[in-house]
Amino acid sequence: MSTESGPVSHEHHIVGPKTYGLILAALMVLTATTTGAAYIEMGVFNPIVAIGIACLKAVLVILFFMHIRYSSKVMMLTVGAGFSRFWC
Amino acid sequence: MDSQAIAPGHAEPHEVHEEHPAYLRHHFVTVDQQRETASFGMWLFLLTEIMFFGGLFMAYLLYRNWYYDAFVASSNTLGIGLGTTNTAVLILSSFTMAMGVYSAETRNRKGLLTSLSLTILLGLTFLGIKTIEYHDKYTEHHIPGASFSVEDFVHPTDKRDVPLAPDMAQHAQLFFFLYFAMTGMHALHMIIGISILFVLLYQAYHGAYVNGHTSTIDNFGLYWHFVDIVWIFLSRCCI
Repeated sequence: MSTESGPVSHEHHIVGPKTYGLILAALMVLTATTTGAAYIEMGVFNPIVAIGIACLKAVLVILFFMHIRYSSKVMMLTVGAGFSRFWC
Repeated sequence: MDSQAIAPGHAEPHEVHEEHPAYLRHHFVTVDQQRETASFGMWLFLLTEIMFFGGLFMAYLLYRNWYYDAFVASSNTLGIGLGTTNTAVLILSSFTMAMGVYSAETRNRKGLLTSLSLTILLGLTFLGIKTIEYHDKYTEHHIPGASFSVEDFVHPTDKRDVPLAPDMAQHAQLFFFLYFAMTGMHALHMIIGISILFVLLYQAYHGAYVNGHTSTIDNFGLYWHFVDIVWIFLSRCCI
């Protein structure tokens, strides 16, 4: 098989500790927020807020810890489709 | 795990062709293509895991809707302190795992060993706290089955709790069944993950993964982060 056209691949991007540290801090803050929000009586909005914050945390983990933010369109499409179709 | 991880060299006679790193398999043209393909495969597996846990979450949502009082009362018996601590422990372990990926990519062997060890430690801490929670369920007679007692729900000791009718209180067993099913499956995934981490630690100790072939660490990192995400949803929904 000739390699003239070659496979199209995505440049490998190395994510640094600073980014990871920021996301860690954000996740911890969101965890504290969820816990605090559990003590505030918001009626029907309590589970909505809890799951909303959980979704935000999941998105942060997927984008940065799992590198989707720096991935090719194919990966973004696969993960986005899978997450929205199977989770929702 | 990679069978070539520790000793990436050509042992058998080899056709002459373009120079390439030893870890590039022959059905791939470039290292980047190999890396992305492996990553893609891992993501497909994680999507099937979403379907797996999604089914359990759906069951939980449905029954919470049908037997709201029993589910809310049961949910209130779960300690928020231990659950939140476990969430923080797992998020920290995701951070140490991400740092492990970074160490592998920057060819930092010591950093990789430290990160993997910390991830193992945090994973074991999580399981330890889970054991305490499960033991509490045992002593409170909240394990569904023959030993289940509706006392806490029909005659709650806390004045703020609304007592349930006995037939509604029986539905609390359903909550705890789902609780053990979901956290149990999650814990099983943690145990499998920690076992693999030990293998990776051993291989990294003998020089693997810091020579440019970081796929295995990357993809295990994906698995570990996914297990973390499942817990994030579990702890927020069930508690």
